Amino acid sequence: MLLITCPHCGARPEIEFRYGGEAHVARPADPATLDDAAWAEFLYMRSNPKGWHAERWRHEHGCGRFFNAIRHTVSDRIVVTYRAGEARPDLATIPGLDTP
Amino acid sequence: MKFSLLSLARQALRGHADWPAQWRSPDPKPAYDAIILGAGGHGLATAYYLAREHGMRNIAVVEKGWLGGGNTGRNTTIIRSNYLWEESEAIYEHAVKLWETLSQELNYNVMYSPRGVMMLAHTIHDVQVFKRHVHANRLAGIDNEWLTAEQAKEFCPPLNIAPGMRYPILGAALQRRGGTARHDAVAWGYARGADRLGVDIIQNCEVTGIRRGAAGAITGIETTRGFIATPKLGVVAAGHTSVVMAMAGVRMPLESYPLQALVSEPIKPAMPCVVMSNTIHAYISQSDKGELVIGAGTDVYTSYSQTGALHVTTHTLDAICELFPDFRRVRMLRNWGGDRRRHARPLAHHRQDPGSRPLRQLRLGHRRLQGDAGLGSCLRGDDRTRRPASDRRPLLPRPVPDRSADRRGRRGGRRALRPPCC
Repeated sequence: MLLITCPHCGARPEIEFRYGGEAHVARPADPATLDDAAWAEFLYMRSNPKGWHAERWRHEHGCGRFFNAIRHTVSDRIVVTYRAGEARPDLATIPGLDTP
Repeated sequence: MKFSLLSLARQALRGHADWPAQWRSPDPKPAYDAIILGAGGHGLATAYYLAREHGMRNIAVVEKGWLGGGNTGRNTTIIRSNYLWEESEAIYEHAVKLWETLSQELNYNVMYSPRGVMMLAHTIHDVQVFKRHVHANRLAGIDNEWLTAEQAKEFCPPLNIAPGMRYPILGAALQRRGGTARHDAVAWGYARGADRLGVDIIQNCEVTGIRRGAAGAITGIETTRGFIATPKLGVVAAGHTSVVMAMAGVRMPLESYPLQALVSEPIKPAMPCVVMSNTIHAYISQSDKGELVIGAGTDVYTSYSQTGALHVTTHTLDAICELFPDFRRVRMLRNWGGDRRRHARPLAHHRQDPGSRPLRQLRLGHRRLQGDAGLGSCLRGDDRTRRPASDRRPLLPRPVPDRSADRRGRRGGRRALRPPCC
């Protein structure tokens, strides 16, 4: 079970949270103007990386708020969490990211 | 060497010292007519049928680890074809028919055991859904039948059908032809069969890049054992498909989630069939060695860790203990996770992905163990079988059904059951 640090409430066990998928996938501002390929890109295409992954979590059984985390998809180690709406942290500035 | 009672007796007299290697370990040639990435059950089946059905002998299967060491060695060995949608029915029924004679075909005991797959209904909704499955399957000529709780108990005596259960059993759908097989033996049998047909199985050879020419066509793959040229590539990399396809510059509508399973200490035969419960997410069977083989749920987050959280397995074991009170004192020996690909949209649509348009010679596939045989015989890149552009039917059956209203309406008028690729 992951130990996830909610930016609002602190470190809590994974069962308090709900996973929200890849972060920073912005909904197109005007979906009606998109063609099928562009809409499919938004709906279905995900990076699914083997490595560091920015993802959304919701502290469902806590504050109820969405936030983002950067987790390594091989070790499952979460190196940083940050509030929704904040920019994705520059990976180069986070210590310890060279090792999973 | 053909396996038979005679060869067994002959080897027994010699102290089993002379069994030959079942497949070669060749060095990669500079070029092949086609290369399959991934030597799991699916990749090896693909190579076998390419060689046997389509006469392609100058082909290779490239594997980063050892053959059958990925999800083929991590599944819960269940084989069934009781799916709802026509495309799924077609591919899995095709596979079940192959499974029925696979041991003879490969001269390799894959231990296919049609002991019955029983899916439990715990709610009124389950009852309606499973009855719909039963009717749809029978219309397609696939065996599936509805059992009352008492009949389910009769078929599987350890099952608890007490009305006071947290999730009481209201009935079950039973596919008698469903069952289990020895997952490793499937990979080994196909590997041996493909090897005898001249297929090179190259293990410990990780692909590090996919090279494409100026027009976008594949020219070969970079590996840890050097460059190998090929005009055709099949990718059967399960949870790693996104990673491999990224090497070709193609994004995939996929996410990889851990799916956990566990086995108990071996006990005497107690479990006569496969029992699955989708509602409380647990499935269980007993291997011929005596272990209870238990499938758990998917973890909530994407991961390549091949492990998962303990609360997921605990949740499944809660369900198993209530369904089978006799097994409460059985100890679990091992648990593990496989990396399951989850499709965000139908696989058949991948051909229309922007990046894959120039990759006409690229074929993708995946299926669970039960589909290894079926899809393996359908995944191919043979020009002679390419259909006219006006034929818009999917080349591969859609693993995720198209749930448009149009399709629901069509359910009444059924076509003959036939995999669209065969």
